[in-house]
Amino acid sequence: MESDEGDEQQQEAERLPLSQRPEWSDVTPIPQDDGPNPVVPIAYKPEFSETMSYFRAVYYSNERSSRSFQLTKEAICLNPGNYTVWHFRRQIIETLHADLQDELAFVGRIAKSNSKNYQLWHHRRWVAEKLGTGAVNKELQFTKKMLSLDAKNYHAWSHRQWVLQALGGWEDELDYCQMLLGEDIFNNSAWNQRYFVVTRSPLLGGLIAMRDSEVNFTIEAILGNPENESPWRYLRGLYKDDTESWINDPRMSSVCLKVLSTKSNYVFALSTLLDLICHGFWPSEEFREAINALNTPDSGPLDSDLGRAICRVLECVDPLRCNYWLWRKSKLPLTVSSQ
Amino acid sequence: MGELAADKHVKYIISVEKKKDSFESVVMEHLRLNGAYWGLTTLDILGKLDAVDEEDVISWILKCQDESGGFAGNIGHDPHVLYTLSAVQVLALFDKVDILDADKVSNYIVGLQNEDGSFSGDIWGEVDTRFSYIAICCLSILQRLDKINVDKAVEYIVSCKNLDGGFGCTPGGESHSGQIFCCVGALAIAGALHHVDKDLLGWWLCERQVKSGGLNGRPEKLPDVCYSWWVLSSLIMIDRVHWINKDKLVKFILDCQDMENGGISDRPDDAVDVFHTYFGVAGLSLLEYPGLKPIDPAYALPVDVVNRIFFSKK
Repeated sequence: MESDEGDEQQQEAERLPLSQRPEWSDVTPIPQDDGPNPVVPIAYKPEFSETMSYFRAVYYSNERSSRSFQLTKEAICLNPGNYTVWHFRRQIIETLHADLQDELAFVGRIAKSNSKNYQLWHHRRWVAEKLGTGAVNKELQFTKKMLSLDAKNYHAWSHRQWVLQALGGWEDELDYCQMLLGEDIFNNSAWNQRYFVVTRSPLLGGLIAMRDSEVNFTIEAILGNPENESPWRYLRGLYKDDTESWINDPRMSSVCLKVLSTKSNYVFALSTLLDLICHGFWPSEEFREAINALNTPDSGPLDSDLGRAICRVLECVDPLRCNYWLWRKSKLPLTVSSQ
Repeated sequence: MGELAADKHVKYIISVEKKKDSFESVVMEHLRLNGAYWGLTTLDILGKLDAVDEEDVISWILKCQDESGGFAGNIGHDPHVLYTLSAVQVLALFDKVDILDADKVSNYIVGLQNEDGSFSGDIWGEVDTRFSYIAICCLSILQRLDKINVDKAVEYIVSCKNLDGGFGCTPGGESHSGQIFCCVGALAIAGALHHVDKDLLGWWLCERQVKSGGLNGRPEKLPDVCYSWWVLSSLIMIDRVHWINKDKLVKFILDCQDMENGGISDRPDDAVDVFHTYFGVAGLSLLEYPGLKPIDPAYALPVDVVNRIFFSKK
């Protein structure tokens, strides 16, 4: 991908009005018709007006020529959200059999300043789909570049998932997730992608085969930053549809206990322990001691029922969601005890 | 706590985007139909829909309709489901849905359903659960929901459900509040909410509330007023809205107002726009802020408008 938008920026700086370009002298521009009293009236810049007026002329006459092709590029650069221009550009590409690698390069050049533009990403996908599996490396590189600018860009992740499923290239994906999490362990998108790879990659053994190593990785991440929402959810997800294995894995409760013992950032540890208890896990005395040791202000004397005690602590330390924790308390199984 | 500067917001919407050099105005041209929906629905919630000329609006909207039956974002553009829904919603505000040939509009949407139950946005084939919501919502308003394969549509949406109870844009896509609104809204309208794990999703959604009281779209992201709609309406549809702190959210939205010039921005002190003005006001309506018309969380239209569609036979 180009490192800057050189071509397009240069064109913008040297722009000659269309009315003064000899190759456009035979075309009558068509101005915007907003009707007599527009509901949401829009003010236009002269350069934008002119470009769109000429665009309308060739669009309505369905002129799929190289000058139209060039004009769509200018119109896109002025307003990359204008989906009709992108559509027409695709029609021209098909008619002229335009070079698709050049098209990828064009999109690549304007992607940085339009990183969240739906039209741009859809257009890229359309081109890549036409190129097929040959485009795999370029597309993985492109999304990697875009994610290096914003590691949570939803469009980039969506495109990357499409590339993997439609064109392949799974080989390095787990390593890529690992790298991104190394840069920012809080990146929820990277955790989501990790789950995507572990569960869908044809090169790995599937969720159950990967579970053990994934649990270990996730626990390490949790212990490093127990306030991080993503790994807690990921850990639960590793035992999707297998609650019994989940409550019987001693690592589940022990990570909760470890975090509780630090007496800080323990909200997710508490809620996870609560979930375990609700699904049949029998907590030993250590858990009771760890909860008592939290010394929660405003909680009053803690309930003898450990589930209720946990809910009470959560109401106090996560007051924004106190209604949720009150509801959890109301839903506790009646026979749970701390013994 | 501050107050809602309702009059200022009305003035803002009515006179919006007259500044010649506004970048906002340039990028809005092709999606003016969406802009009309955001602006007019806000006016209706504030009780000021009569501030615009109904006939002007309607005649312009009809000019946006393509021979395929779908609507474009503005005159001379290509049709897309995004604008088709906005067109139908705006007509509903004026109780003029019946001027449409409902079969013609429906056929456009029906033609965009794919074999796996998903919907494309237009002939170019982009697939996203946003379009599932749009198709189901639009057809429901037109009372033509039975023309699509609803079971397959539901099946596709459910395939986009993630381990956290949320939904993404496509199967495996990260859970995102906007996509969640679309999926939950679609399932609600299709009568298929039993596919949602309400407790699990409700918890994920209430975890979107951050210290400032605002809501974010995904874990570890910044709060934004538009999530006051996406998250809040989702919580209401699954009966879990009491799990967030409503007062703090109201305060957050009010802090995002431009008290001098009107309009609401994504977060305090940023520039305002019609999109966030709508979502802020709609969010406040869901939170039962006084003086606002109630809004339906699934159809994103005032409740009286929705009732008129379904309960007054013509």
